[in-house]
Amino acid sequence: MKKKNNYFIPTKYIFAALAALCIVMMFASYTTGFAGETLGKMSGYVFVPFEMGINNIGGWIREKKDNLADLTVAQAKNEELQAQVDELIMENSRLMQSQYRLQEFEELYALDQGYEQFNKVAANIIATDSGNWFNTFVIDKGKNDGIEADMNVIAGSGLVGIVTKSGDNWAQVRSVIDDMSNVSAQVLSTSDLCFVKGDLQLMDQGLIRIEELKDPNDLAIQGEKIVTSHVSDKYHEGILIGYLNEVSLDSNNLTKSGTITPAVDFEHLHMVLVITDLKQTVEES
Amino acid sequence: MKRRLVVGLLVIVCFILQCTVFKTLSLASISPNLLLIVTSSLGFLRGEREGMFIGFFSGFLIDIFFGRVFGFYALLYMFIGYGSGLFHMMFYDEDIKLPMFWVALSDLVYGLCVYFFLFLMRSKFDFGYYFTHIVMPELIYTVAVTILVYRMIWKFNAFLDRLEEETPAGMASITTDLGQTENKTEEL
Repeated sequence: MKKKNNYFIPTKYIFAALAALCIVMMFASYTTGFAGETLGKMSGYVFVPFEMGINNIGGWIREKKDNLADLTVAQAKNEELQAQVDELIMENSRLMQSQYRLQEFEELYALDQGYEQFNKVAANIIATDSGNWFNTFVIDKGKNDGIEADMNVIAGSGLVGIVTKSGDNWAQVRSVIDDMSNVSAQVLSTSDLCFVKGDLQLMDQGLIRIEELKDPNDLAIQGEKIVTSHVSDKYHEGILIGYLNEVSLDSNNLTKSGTITPAVDFEHLHMVLVITDLKQTVEES
Repeated sequence: MKRRLVVGLLVIVCFILQCTVFKTLSLASISPNLLLIVTSSLGFLRGEREGMFIGFFSGFLIDIFFGRVFGFYALLYMFIGYGSGLFHMMFYDEDIKLPMFWVALSDLVYGLCVYFFLFLMRSKFDFGYYFTHIVMPELIYTVAVTILVYRMIWKFNAFLDRLEEETPAGMASITTDLGQTENKTEEL
């Protein structure tokens, strides 16, 4: 049993060497954007099939769990809601009028038509970030399906995020609620520019931070649509991010900041659409 | 060699579970850190050398798929595996309390490091919030899961030991746990 090798390297040296390697890689990836492309390619073939399989099972369990939770919540809320119904019927008639106006506006901006012009690829979310600090996920489509970094990702009615790197059969997407996300946006009705930044502190409440909103005439009111702006170099113009929740004047008395409610339900997101046109190419054509 | 493959396989399986099943088990959008449990407790059971490699491999996988700066998680997990391994000689027991404490400490170090390097460095100063909403819940959840999986890991470790005994001497890997222990005794 006593095995002793002549070429035994003390662990601390290996530790130091690996630590140095990590630090070099960190610098390399920070300066040159190296992100282990080949490694990612290889590992994609190992992990993606498993992740897809397990994800299907996970989805089934989640459905069951959600159903149970929904039932209890539904019973509790039933009474409360019944009382609200009468009140709401009254309110509804008033809102119908506003609805027509809203429709007019929407037609004017042709928001939904805007999405049609892009080429899209549907993809499933197969894995989410291993930690609790960030909100990135992996989808089951990659370079083989024409997905490259910086492509926009949408789901249903709004912006989900952006592809940050892609392997052959997988791609990493950073959602707009991720703490490192920063999107140049504008208020739809007034075209006032602002920034939408993900914030871990607001993630629990299902909100995103909005900053540096230039709104000199106080036109931004609650429920206002926030869309990606024309000045962004990565995001296509006019993709709905969310609805303005509340804003307040910053201490500099020039800009406003506040929160918006994202248009996408990130908690129950399973499928996304990747817009395979990069913004740059659209501008050129 | 066989032993390494088995350990590698375990890490891969845990990584896949971590990003899929464990995410659906999350409570209040906090999920336990299975890879950290494996790194920390195997480091603890098998010594700093293996802890280091397991940590490096786990972190590396995270870097490939979810990393922002390539190498950050590899370094962090390797550090945790190595650190756990340093206490390998002290408590080698079936007793669960110390490994639990050790996993808790590892998770605390992990949480604080992530906060410090990825949040504080981007001037997110609200440490209290992050500590009470992310670090502590994750720690508690992870420790709770440790209670469930530690026996499995302990059995897995015993299995690895058996595997090692079966390995013919000629095929000896660069170092074995015994060589490790011996080396350490010499140092002492």
